[in-house]
Amino acid sequence: MESRIHLLLLRAALLSALLAATAGCASLGRQVEPAGDVQASSPVIDPRIERREVAPPKIDSEDFEVTAFYGMLSVEDFGTNSVYGARLAYHVTEGLFAEAAVAQTSDVDKSSAEILGNYDLSFGSDRRYKYYNLSLGYNLLPGEVFIGRNRAFNSAFYVIAGAGNTTFHDEDMFTLNFGGGYRLLLTDAIGLHFDVRDHLFDDDISGKDKTTHNIEFTLGLSWFF
Amino acid sequence: MRTVVVMVMLVFLPFVTPAYAKTAHYEAVVAEPFLELHTGPGRGFPVFHVVDRGQRIEVLKRRTDWFQVRTDRGVRGWVKLEDMSGTLDVSGSATQIRDPDVDDYKARRWEAGVGLGDLDGASVISVYTGYHLTRNLSVEARVGDVSGDYSDGWLATVGIVHQPFPAWRISPFVMLGTGIIQIDPKATLVSTEDRSDQVGHVGLGARMYVTKRFMFRTEYSSYLTFTSEDDNEELDEWKAGFTFFF
Repeated sequence: MESRIHLLLLRAALLSALLAATAGCASLGRQVEPAGDVQASSPVIDPRIERREVAPPKIDSEDFEVTAFYGMLSVEDFGTNSVYGARLAYHVTEGLFAEAAVAQTSDVDKSSAEILGNYDLSFGSDRRYKYYNLSLGYNLLPGEVFIGRNRAFNSAFYVIAGAGNTTFHDEDMFTLNFGGGYRLLLTDAIGLHFDVRDHLFDDDISGKDKTTHNIEFTLGLSWFF
Repeated sequence: MRTVVVMVMLVFLPFVTPAYAKTAHYEAVVAEPFLELHTGPGRGFPVFHVVDRGQRIEVLKRRTDWFQVRTDRGVRGWVKLEDMSGTLDVSGSATQIRDPDVDDYKARRWEAGVGLGDLDGASVISVYTGYHLTRNLSVEARVGDVSGDYSDGWLATVGIVHQPFPAWRISPFVMLGTGIIQIDPKATLVSTEDRSDQVGHVGLGARMYVTKRFMFRTEYSSYLTFTSEDDNEELDEWKAGFTFFF
């Protein structure tokens, strides 16, 4: 602490000495050359060189991709229904990406049992099928597609698998999903996705435990940022 | 409703990120005899253009390990990360792209990840975030969505995690925590009440650094639920997942 005060005082003394010296020089210069050329009064070599600040602009990373999608989800026993949702992907490497997705269907169709028995399995609750999942994907077949002679678009076929949760008929079901997709980059930042995904879960909605496969086809539009 | 909210948040997420570096791009001069431009950011995309030494390029953006550049003549292409080191920046020094590596992994402060587990037969999907107080000690908060054959529920815990060997690429850890577990028996069963219990847990696991900001994590936890009944219930959980650090 004490040494810091010493240092501070020393700096103050040095600074005032420097100031006095330059002031003296300046007045001396004026005496010799009363015409008062400003150039002449400044020292020949300025010891205080301005340090050049090199701060190159940052390079914008675009490793995230957000997708809005719409498609068809075949809910086992409950017909094929429209589904819409969103996905957020983080591209870890050129191959690997992690993805989170949420989606829901419109009110699902009645199962044949419901139609024949003329009752509603949902007991008045939500008839929508909702899910979220977390998956890991890999761009298995990167490539280019050529449209016409002069246009090329980058593309990739990817495989993806993960796990999540499905809420259907007021019940939560642990759900595995796997599938594949095709990403066509319309520009460097906008992509078109075709996805086929199977959502697997065990349920007892129909009265007995069984594993259901719910195949989903979607078309998505994505944006890298 | 919840799904819709999450969806809306996901869609609007890009708009809340700061819009930086839109005006000026990073500029570099090719220092090696030539610089190869590929048609796409990935393996296999062919070289379609070559920039000679001394020519100036503008770096427009980065995607994973690739950089999109524009030449003086307006040709756009993708350059590999390794090739970027063969260019000089405006001040004349070699372009240095610092990427998160194993040293950043060792000195990380924040981490966040997802996990998939089995809690006494029920499946658990969980997300967590952790903050490192020291290299050895961190605090973590976690929420999990539990879905079993007979009941659904969720759990939320906080805990402290100790890793004795933070410099190891595969670093084991022990954890101790407490939280709440909520169990809702499924509606198709005879009506039972929803239960919310306090839990304490001890755990053992390991993190493995993979690449960049990415690591794997696996752990085993033993939960003790402090039920209102006479006996405390014990639950075992096995979990594996992946994590990003910041």
